[in-house]
Amino acid sequence: MSFIKSKFRHPRLPVNDLGLTYRDYEGALSTLCAGCGHDSITSAIIQACHELSIQPSEVAKLSGIGCSSKAPNYFLNKSHGFNSVHGRMPSVATGANLANQELLYLAMSGDGDSASIGFGQFAHVVRRQLNMVYMVANNGVYGLTKGQLAATADKGVKNKAGELSLFTDIDLCVMALQLGASFVARSFSGDKQQLVPLIKAAMSHKGFAFIDIISPCVTFNNHVGSTRSYDYVHDHITTAAVVDFVPIKTEITSGYHSGESEDVCLHDGSIMRIQKLTDSYDSTNASQAIMEIEQQKQQGKILTGLFYLEPTASDFHEINNTNDTPLNKLTQDALCPGNRVLAGINDSFR
Amino acid sequence: MKKTDTSTYQHFLKVVDCQQACPAHTPVPEYIRLIAEKRYTDAYMINWESNVFPGILGRVCDRPCEPACRRVRVEEAPVAICRLKRVAADNKDDITPFLPKIPNKKNGKRIALIGAGPASLTVARDLLPLGYEVIMFERDAKAGGMMRSQIPAFRLPEAVLDEELNYIINMGLECHFGEEITSLDKLIAANFDAIFVGTGAPNGRWLEIPGHDQLDIKSTDPQITHAQIDTGINWLAKVSFEHLNYDEENPAPKKVVVLGGGNTAMDCCRTAKRLGADEITVLVRSSFDAMKASPWEKADAIAEGITIMPNYNPLEYKIEHGKLVAVLFEQVASVYDKVGNRSLQATGETLLVECDQVLVAVGQDTAFDWIERDIGIKFNQWHSPKVNKKSLQSSLPNVFFGGDAAFGPKNIISAVANGHQAAISLDLFCQNADPIEDRSDTSFNLVSQKMGIHEWSYQSDIDHQERNLVPHISWHEAVKTLNTEVELGFDEKLALAEASRCLNCDVHTVFTESTCIECSACEDVCPMDCINFVEEESDDSQIVKQFRVSELNSEQSLLVSAPLKTGHIMVKDEDVCLHCGLCAERCPTGAWDMKKLLINNINATIK
Repeated sequence: MSFIKSKFRHPRLPVNDLGLTYRDYEGALSTLCAGCGHDSITSAIIQACHELSIQPSEVAKLSGIGCSSKAPNYFLNKSHGFNSVHGRMPSVATGANLANQELLYLAMSGDGDSASIGFGQFAHVVRRQLNMVYMVANNGVYGLTKGQLAATADKGVKNKAGELSLFTDIDLCVMALQLGASFVARSFSGDKQQLVPLIKAAMSHKGFAFIDIISPCVTFNNHVGSTRSYDYVHDHITTAAVVDFVPIKTEITSGYHSGESEDVCLHDGSIMRIQKLTDSYDSTNASQAIMEIEQQKQQGKILTGLFYLEPTASDFHEINNTNDTPLNKLTQDALCPGNRVLAGINDSFR
Repeated sequence: MKKTDTSTYQHFLKVVDCQQACPAHTPVPEYIRLIAEKRYTDAYMINWESNVFPGILGRVCDRPCEPACRRVRVEEAPVAICRLKRVAADNKDDITPFLPKIPNKKNGKRIALIGAGPASLTVARDLLPLGYEVIMFERDAKAGGMMRSQIPAFRLPEAVLDEELNYIINMGLECHFGEEITSLDKLIAANFDAIFVGTGAPNGRWLEIPGHDQLDIKSTDPQITHAQIDTGINWLAKVSFEHLNYDEENPAPKKVVVLGGGNTAMDCCRTAKRLGADEITVLVRSSFDAMKASPWEKADAIAEGITIMPNYNPLEYKIEHGKLVAVLFEQVASVYDKVGNRSLQATGETLLVECDQVLVAVGQDTAFDWIERDIGIKFNQWHSPKVNKKSLQSSLPNVFFGGDAAFGPKNIISAVANGHQAAISLDLFCQNADPIEDRSDTSFNLVSQKMGIHEWSYQSDIDHQERNLVPHISWHEAVKTLNTEVELGFDEKLALAEASRCLNCDVHTVFTESTCIECSACEDVCPMDCINFVEEESDDSQIVKQFRVSELNSEQSLLVSAPLKTGHIMVKDEDVCLHCGLCAERCPTGAWDMKKLLINNINATIK
């Protein structure tokens, strides 16, 4: 019986700047179905955090309800975490971010959590430009309740039980682009070479970063006819542009060889090297990105990669001109300055 | 990268490093699992089949399996394989019902064995069940060879030795004890169908330094008992056969110098201590670390109060009035050149060690003065018979050699392995087949161990406990008696704890390309980062760069798949695999399975 992963590790594992191996970023052993795409996303997040030498105690993991929202238990077990009410993770994230803007907010949600019950919350957190990484593990079904079609399931597909998807699907990347997200990307859990740099770039980006990750449900949506199965995605994936995330000191290596590249400097000085794989791609044009997504979809392709990046966008705190010191670090004197100050404020209205 | 050939057992056997390292290829993980189930008799019989002397080897084996144990790649110490073997021997029930039946009707072939050591006895064990008539000649009064004459009873009790030798002798082995063969030619004339020579390396080497020629104090004749200078193995044999009767006229030595740093030296010094010597010094030319003795033998000797002085080279035996009084040494330093060859450089310091007994344990040689040089057996430049390494056949087709007699001093388990090899050859030869060309290989099977979800037929979760130490009697008590065994062996609790440390390396991760959907679940979950899905490239070193950990152990093989649906290949680095089965548990399609390697004829794999 093995519900525990051995503590033994490879004797030659690389350590990062903090002296940690990637295994120091792991969480509990996953209880998701064997072969679930969400576990690959977990692994990609672990790898990204390790490679960026992120201090686990400076991360907050947030999630709602669903298989995807269980996943934060499986990574970064030394980080803060909040598993919130179904679809209400954006509110909790907003509150947490308001109180402490110094943490890195990693949100993990699913197609039900973000595109159905929490669709309104999702729209508003995008609008507000909250500084966070919002990842959706998108498998097109409600796996936790045995495979009903999700709002992201393509119109016309059948689920495992034979139920036909009658309604127009919601594309969360298109939504995010329309609502003003400053970083929008789509990836595939089965392609870590693309996914890990995207997560690293999203974590370094200041502003709302959204990644829609196609993550096959191996139990309820991996059948022939599904447009979210491993085989279908492997066969129909196409890429607009990939990023190679480059911390300043690191040498640039990339698995992709074709196309032009363009370097974008992020706020912390690291560089995102964007490699175009199609000529028409423009990483600064949101409406063109939406068209590109739709066009590829009409041809039966799933477009992945970085869609849009606005590296100098303002985030929620800047827009609202909040205090630079996080609220949770202000003393009681500063937060509650007393009657004299209150009287002064009241007087100013008289 | 070339796809791994999984149609033969070679790749899989290589992963079971303990079994591969054992000259007789004993299925180590299999018997450890049986011990964990308290099936001691079954565990004993698995051992008995391949290494013939589990009780003996469970005490005194050289343990080539333990340094090979894969556990040392993830933590400090290997599984105490040798001591677990002893547990099986100590706790077994009557095994006689499980011994092979000896046919009443013989096959008409007669085989002579010269020497009654582990090699010869293994040949007898293998051939008697096939209906051969086997006749063994031994110059000593009892069977066992060096296991009896050179290994002291405090390490290997006589009862254990006798029990396991008798299993073979009672199969109908015709024994001629006290009969030394002095002419091979005469034996050949006695009409045997084939002859096996397992005479070991019975001659201890002397150190020809000044003083060595004082014949009255040195024993070149094994029958001369109380000699002040003796070879270690002669002296140990005399102790074993009780030829040394120390009394007032011939008092036991008080100050003993042992020359040499191997296991014989360790046995000599510990035996001398038990006979009453109070100053015992082992002096060896090499450094302490480079001594040939097993680390645990050195540790036990030191625990018993023996002084080991490395880096001393003997110069001269000091003799006064016809009596040995001291040995003069020079201090040396080991200097290694670029290719690792050692040379000794004198430091200029000398040391005089007073003594009344010197035991020379600096090596031993084979003895073939009883083989006529004109009967067709060719010898090489080191005066050893030329034998084929595979068949152990000499240039005289009906004469075979094995054990130390064939390849010089090694160890018991190598002699056993040779015995198996020779038995196969002898059988083929007697059936008019070619001992090399007609050797059959073995068949193998890989059997799934899956019992259900998260459920395997073996203990798949990894025990992180450190190695258990084997209990022993107090060192103070140990040196008081000659024949009391020092080690007590594991009790059941310790044995079960130690058995659960085994990583079950014979339960293999077997991969099926056709069912893999490339979801990377196995790659993600593997605690040891063994599994890689990589792009195929023409240059292997470029492929290795894509690995999760690209610093490989060059001695370990990779499991390489054929190209998968996306064109990628799966490459598993077998080096540090824990055989925990998580890859197979996480695989949604059963492309990974945990399968136990079963080799049907272990002896045929000895090469």
